[in-house]
Amino acid sequence: MHITQGQFSFLPPLTDAQIRAQVDYAISKGWAVSIEWTDDPHPRNVYWNMWGHPMFEIKDGAAVIFDLTACRKACPNAYIKVNAFDNTRGVESMVMSYIVDRPAMEPGFKLVRQESEGRMVRYTTSAYSTDTPDGCTCG
Amino acid sequence: MNTQTNDRITDIKERYKGGVLKYKQMGYWRPDYTPKETDFICVFRITPQEGVDIEEAAAAVAGESSTATWTVVWTDLLTAHEDYQGKAYRVDAVPGTGTDTDKEAQYFAYIAYDIILFEEGSIANVAASLIGNVFSFKPLKAARLEDMRFPVAYVKTFKGPPTGIIVERERLDKYGRPLLGATMKPKLGLSGKNYGRVVYEGLTGGLDFTKDDENINSQPFMHWRDRFLFCMEAVNKSQANTGEIKGHYLNVTAATMEDMYERAEFAKQLGSNIVMIDLVVGWSAIQSMSNWCRKNDMILHMHRAGHGTYTRQKNHGVSFRVIAKWLRLAGVDHLHTGTAVGKLEGDPMTVQGYYNVCRDSVTKQDYSRGIFFDQDWADLRKVMPVASGGIHVGQMHQLMHLFGDDMVLQFGGGTIGHPSGIQAGATANRVGIECMVMARNEGRDILNEGPDILKAATKWCKPLETALETWKDVAFNYTSTDTPDFVTTPTTSN
Repeated sequence: MHITQGQFSFLPPLTDAQIRAQVDYAISKGWAVSIEWTDDPHPRNVYWNMWGHPMFEIKDGAAVIFDLTACRKACPNAYIKVNAFDNTRGVESMVMSYIVDRPAMEPGFKLVRQESEGRMVRYTTSAYSTDTPDGCTCG
Repeated sequence: MNTQTNDRITDIKERYKGGVLKYKQMGYWRPDYTPKETDFICVFRITPQEGVDIEEAAAAVAGESSTATWTVVWTDLLTAHEDYQGKAYRVDAVPGTGTDTDKEAQYFAYIAYDIILFEEGSIANVAASLIGNVFSFKPLKAARLEDMRFPVAYVKTFKGPPTGIIVERERLDKYGRPLLGATMKPKLGLSGKNYGRVVYEGLTGGLDFTKDDENINSQPFMHWRDRFLFCMEAVNKSQANTGEIKGHYLNVTAATMEDMYERAEFAKQLGSNIVMIDLVVGWSAIQSMSNWCRKNDMILHMHRAGHGTYTRQKNHGVSFRVIAKWLRLAGVDHLHTGTAVGKLEGDPMTVQGYYNVCRDSVTKQDYSRGIFFDQDWADLRKVMPVASGGIHVGQMHQLMHLFGDDMVLQFGGGTIGHPSGIQAGATANRVGIECMVMARNEGRDILNEGPDILKAATKWCKPLETALETWKDVAFNYTSTDTPDFVTTPTTSN
């Protein structure tokens, strides 16, 4: 399967030049750029691992690509995304987020249905990637 | 009875000796008045009957929307009556009407109201005051509430949207692009199971949301519990298929508040992240559902069903920008605000005005978009505008150029009508959004290059190619009935 979170998951995999162009856009807006990675792409896993702090007031997108390269090297089989954060009053939240790397094989999700009273069903989604205790690919 | 003069009568004995006075004489025309920061300000478009003095007409609107009755009453003297009087302080001819034009004379009447006239946190009270009896008043052929400004002090008496754009995006984990939805079709007749199939296909294909239509409630062909159960199966299954949070607006509109609460509770128990109501449920019901959503972490989708009966004609009714302001205060998270390019009424600049009302922290005066006043929203959460009605992926660049990222784009027929199936339709639309966002961020001029950007994506996305081919000639280029009166450059929906 192919998880479709983020801004650009329906497009072909982004090249480094495309990733950089988006980073430059964020910088031009004055947004902070950050990198996050995970082995657990559950749709409600909001706290991916931070690869360093968000980069506030950066001038050059090369710094992001440099860090991204290091993150890829350390986590070769993880999901990695690039985010932009706008700290303007009234926003103060993420304004961009796109996946730039994903495992070669994405195991996907299991949907468990627990039948309840009446016809009610309680649904649980779990990522197959977290099934094994050794699921982490990042040491 | 003193009808010798038009001037305001300030001598108390003269003013209150009984009988009938002109509204101007009673003090509702106050050209010297400067509105206070704490005043409500309204601008009404009025069409007086033949021979009615325009200042008197404006004064009458001020009077009838505040303290006046048709005759003088001495009991005014038991109150600080001047504070309770609406004060018409300015009248302007509407450009393009009256002498030397083919339209009868219309005027913008500016009226200020003291904040004491309004109950805190109640749109029902605001509506009863400002669009109550005055709209049936005989000396006017027609009246329309064009725009209004709320004092910040009054804005702060509302809790506003239960979720708002920012928190909605955080809950859904979707940033930096318009959200994508579709209304289920056909509107009527599908069983719960068949309806859920459409939801499932759409969401799995790439939609973020699917939606009940405004008149899907609990009819013989599909009772509400059945719909909710099948739709939530579809939502959860598509979520597992894609690893992405999905939702279906479950319409809880019903005959009574008790029914609506019951339906909303069931939606919550099933794990839905969003419920929906129609504008026709009324202001008090809207505020009640907003409170319920706030208590239950639910996004509240508002379908503006019925608004066209009073917003569309320029000479009479209430402008949709006023309705949008009321709904932001009343507290909805999504609001249908028009598309400009689709099948439903909407001049592009005017529609942009509605989007601004929903999304601004401070809305600035902008006559070209129909906005008469600055409005400070006092950090009230922002409403996510929804563009829905006769739009398709070939218009993606126009929609994003006009409205930006913070909106839900809903392609109903433009998803479900795709010749290769619903999933293909959804995928085409999602690819359209993503390639347009990427291109814009890369600095490309999407308004002009949009068709090329979409065409380039068809090389690797067959569903997009089919969609563009199918709907290439569809456009709804009709003249809008509700347009700004101050346009410097004409806008069309071409």
